Amino acid sequence: MALLEVDAIDVHYGDFQAIYGLSITVDEGETLAVIGANGAGKSTLLKTIAGINRPRVGEVRFDGANISGLAAHRRVPLGISLTPEGRRIFPSLTLEENLLVGGHTKRPGYWNLTTVYETFPLLADRRSRLGVHASGGEQQATAIGRALMSNPRLLLLDEVSLGLAPIVVENIYAALPNISAQGTTVLVVEQDVNQALKVANRVHCLLEGRSVLEGKPAELSREQIASAYFGI
Amino acid sequence: MEWANAIVQGVLLGGLYALLAAGLSLMFGVMRLVNLAHGALAIVAAYAGLVLVQKTGMPPFASIVIVVPLMAILGWVLQRTLLNTALNRQALAPILVTFGLAVIIQNLLLELFTADNQSIDVGSLASSSIQITPDIAIGVFPLITFIVGVLVIGLLQQYLARTATGRAMRATSDDREAAELMGIDNKYVYSLATAISLGLVGIAGVFLGIRTQFNPTFGDATLIFAFEAVIIGGLGSLWGTLAGGMILGIAQTVGAQAFPSSGVLLGHVVFLLVLAFRPTGLFPKVVNG
Repeated sequence: MALLEVDAIDVHYGDFQAIYGLSITVDEGETLAVIGANGAGKSTLLKTIAGINRPRVGEVRFDGANISGLAAHRRVPLGISLTPEGRRIFPSLTLEENLLVGGHTKRPGYWNLTTVYETFPLLADRRSRLGVHASGGEQQATAIGRALMSNPRLLLLDEVSLGLAPIVVENIYAALPNISAQGTTVLVVEQDVNQALKVANRVHCLLEGRSVLEGKPAELSREQIASAYFGI
Repeated sequence: MEWANAIVQGVLLGGLYALLAAGLSLMFGVMRLVNLAHGALAIVAAYAGLVLVQKTGMPPFASIVIVVPLMAILGWVLQRTLLNTALNRQALAPILVTFGLAVIIQNLLLELFTADNQSIDVGSLASSSIQITPDIAIGVFPLITFIVGVLVIGLLQQYLARTATGRAMRATSDDREAAELMGIDNKYVYSLATAISLGLVGIAGVFLGIRTQFNPTFGDATLIFAFEAVIIGGLGSLWGTLAGGMILGIAQTVGAQAFPSSGVLLGHVVFLLVLAFRPTGLFPKVVNG
């Protein structure tokens, strides 16, 4: 059954419309990747699901309930957690404090400091480092760990690979199977198409705020993806 | 030894300034809001203490137990009704709103209490002192004020550093939107910060009312001294605010020792020197987002 239903939403930034009548469903337990070029509306979609943006038209339903009007901080207790683009680590807090803030809602579940440190061993050694002093990879691992600390049913990952060395990206994505294994539904936004195809059960390609292609990675050809991605 | 005495008195005076500035520092630190009504609210607390002491005959220090929760509730309501709305507008809105609030409060106090100077009477405590050396005597009341100032700042610092709510406040201060994504309600955090801030103003106001003669216009000078303590110490740093309060206090008392009529002026000069040469303050928060 669908955990998340995004139903024909329009999202605007002032006069600028970023998303046009977009519909996406994500089933419980699956990993969906949303790919697309810069400005395709990927991050806007995640922010709308997390509650930072509101759709002007259409509905966002989570577990069957319409949450379109719910403030972002009220969606976390329901089990929606976003790792935002650019990581947005709290710079004056230590990495461990960042993780603890992620557990602010005290939603029960598998994830706690111990399990996060098991999944991202590099964080265990750096726990007392201030966010501002952490490397990009440490920050990204912390950002994901912080989101996991709320034990989400739906984890939204925005541009995990952005600005990181390939080896670091590889390391961080290596944690994804363990996250899915806990039954967590994952919606990942990526510019790195290869990375997205590797981890996802299903892929959506966005172009200028509309969904132009959808399918299982194995069933889509390179040409199909390329033409959807670039709109040619 | 006169100079040593001036420095000791300055440090003690700094305790009062730190007490006055702690709430200002907290509100700026958590929500980047400059509360221009801070001084006027301290005078509200002073009058609240005065009325309680005069009408019920309760001991002045006991009035703090009633004034602090009243001020905290006022802070919560202010944040919920006015300040949260102001914070969502342009950067200038909170400044205009709190400035207007200061004007309204001052005029209400003038209507209620006239412009006469008043003071909360603590009897012999006001003049009792401890002789340290032949030249240095420490007033018991200034000493109490100083100890309370240091305790308040220490406790507030521990609260922010060690509790989950304090952590949520620091996270909100760093990145309001990211904190919201962690399930933190920034309106709640802000209301709590303002409630704590005005609770501290409650303590500071009663101490101020005991220490000096005050009238409804006294809030302006109070705001300036608190502001100077925060800026000298460095924005967003509580220990810096304590140090800033002491530096300001020392500048004023040592200044008065050298130029008997210009103590306050020398405090302002030190403030301006810091602003000119170390605009981030002497002990700024190490990290900035």
